[in-house]
Amino acid sequence: METAQQNLLLKGTGVSPGIIIGKAFLFVPDDIEIPVITLAGKAEINGEIERFKQALARSRESLRAVKKEVERKKQKEARYIIDAQLLILEDKLLVDNIIKTIREKGVDAASAVKETVRKLSRGFDDVSDEYLKERKTDLDYIGERIVRNILGTKRHDLSTIREPSIIVAHDLSPADTAHLDTSVVIGFVTNTGGKTSHTAIMARALEIPSVVGLEKVTKEVKNGDVIIIDGAIGVVIVRPTAETLRSYSEKKQMYEQLKKELFQYKDLPAETPDGFHIRLLANVELVEEVSAILEHGAEGIGLYRTEFLYLNRKELPSEDEQFNIYKKVIKTIAPYPVTIRTLDLGGDKFLSHLDLVEEMNPVLGLRAIRLCLKEVGIFKTQLRALLRASAFGELKMLFPMISGMQEIYQIKGILDEIKHDLTVSGIPFNPHVQIGIMIEIPSAATIADMLAREVDFFSIGTNDLIQYTLAIDRVNEHVSYLYNPLHPSVIRLIKTVIESAHSNGIEVVMCGEMAGEPLYLPILLGLGIDELSMNPLCILKIKKLMRSLGYRQCRDFVKTIDHLKTAEEIEAFMRLEMKKRFPAAFEMTEA
Amino acid sequence: MIQGDENSGTDEVIIRQFLIANELGLHLRPAGLLVKTANQYKSSITIEKGGVEADGKSIIQIATLNAAHNSTITIKACGPDACRAMEALGNLILNNFEEPHSDGNSPAEPPA
Repeated sequence: METAQQNLLLKGTGVSPGIIIGKAFLFVPDDIEIPVITLAGKAEINGEIERFKQALARSRESLRAVKKEVERKKQKEARYIIDAQLLILEDKLLVDNIIKTIREKGVDAASAVKETVRKLSRGFDDVSDEYLKERKTDLDYIGERIVRNILGTKRHDLSTIREPSIIVAHDLSPADTAHLDTSVVIGFVTNTGGKTSHTAIMARALEIPSVVGLEKVTKEVKNGDVIIIDGAIGVVIVRPTAETLRSYSEKKQMYEQLKKELFQYKDLPAETPDGFHIRLLANVELVEEVSAILEHGAEGIGLYRTEFLYLNRKELPSEDEQFNIYKKVIKTIAPYPVTIRTLDLGGDKFLSHLDLVEEMNPVLGLRAIRLCLKEVGIFKTQLRALLRASAFGELKMLFPMISGMQEIYQIKGILDEIKHDLTVSGIPFNPHVQIGIMIEIPSAATIADMLAREVDFFSIGTNDLIQYTLAIDRVNEHVSYLYNPLHPSVIRLIKTVIESAHSNGIEVVMCGEMAGEPLYLPILLGLGIDELSMNPLCILKIKKLMRSLGYRQCRDFVKTIDHLKTAEEIEAFMRLEMKKRFPAAFEMTEA
Repeated sequence: MIQGDENSGTDEVIIRQFLIANELGLHLRPAGLLVKTANQYKSSITIEKGGVEADGKSIIQIATLNAAHNSTITIKACGPDACRAMEALGNLILNNFEEPHSDGNSPAEPPA
């Protein structure tokens, strides 16, 4: 009887990690073909208009109920969306056009709604702003809701789900997820969407494993089918065989064990058994991520990137806009500190109207602090916003791509000027806000002793430091094999930087990928790093390892490594040592 | 003098330009507030941007205006309460649609 293909593997975008196995709950409200019915005579037309009006009223009523629900649950974002959807529902443009279509074309209400929505949707074709363009989905959603009320078909209500289910949908709207009971809804898979779609954002907020952008998963899956989601890699397996099921059950168990085990470390200090403590911080890019990092045991934000503020838009972010975002970040994370890095981009990336010449070597070109010191207006706006935000908690300012002293002098000059302005205007700020610099260019690492006297902290950006030191373009597949964080030169530079900082009484944080990699942790500890800032998902893993490493042992590792001549030797040595001590931990992290 | 059209003589026409200063442009929330405010008045409200006009009482039309951050819009209010409508809409926009300055620390005015 069963003809559907077993073990069907679908690949999409994983937006919320975790492995989950469960039964599919098909959530495809509007796959019914609506036949266009031609109406005969005025009476039928009037009847159809009346039918539409009633459907409109019912739609409004139910949406208002949803609004109450999200208000009760304090889902602020969802409320704005539903508010706007209500306004769409009541929009005269929509309502009048539908009635006109019924009247003039003499077609049934449902078809008229569909046609009108399709027509109005075209207005969004010329909208270039990505965010505003997304509103088309709200219009579609409203159209669908009215059609459903006309036909009397119910959109499945996710709140009626009683047994653990994976929602399989074309897309999910906040109205759908408002009533969700996360104890029974265990995963989402959808046809459309990317990392920033509504579904993705909600999946992460609810910590439900999810894969989006599967294109036609709703066609492949039948209600009640068993499916497996691997949210980390974006894989969905439909109707798995017994064997697949077994292997995934094991994988799932391991993952959960790991997660459970790691979360025990959330509130424990990041400390070696012999009492050496460093702070583990999070790298963050979006203001939405901020509150979640505390869940992962971060003791603050070690790197808040501001690039996203400037990307994908035509105009520069204003001072007030930036101020509000920075303030929000700072206040959310207080009393922990936040390090915000000033713009670290090449001009080509975000500003077409700057009219910059195309560069032969953009990595070595006009970017980051160089661009900021050239386009001083952009820089000043950001600094002013940062200084104003400094009044609201512990802010540290971080400047990228510093190559020498001159840049620090210039930055300080500009800062003084802005501080003076703010003082004169009576605008509050923290006059003692700490300033730090990225050490990511070998020239800065080499003169770290001089730089250390001018700033309050260093932040080592390993990705660039390695790339510049070894003269390797990571993206170039022909040379990327040479990119190795354990190259003796890199380790020496890091050592120099830390020693120079400490002898001048300032601290060093490391914020590159190297900071979140378990294999490098003993070396960094041995070198005396003060803070590590990493992807929040790595923090607990690193903390766990740290709590079983001896600091003295780490010092010894570093001494041994000092005599090793190649990255390969160093890596082999570290792997051997770590596997010897923590077989379990290093099986885990290599997976 | 006799009014030539439906104007009862009390109708006013007011036109003003505004800069959209908030973060995401006229996105959901601000567009919603704009429509809600416009709906409170009898006057017709037209919003124009780059030669395209939208009915200020239609969220669909406003959304398709593509009024992103830092764009300039022109609002035209026409009707018996145009003056009050414009004042309300102006306040809304100039206050950044009441966006984040939630705790009373809007940018400080320089002391007089």
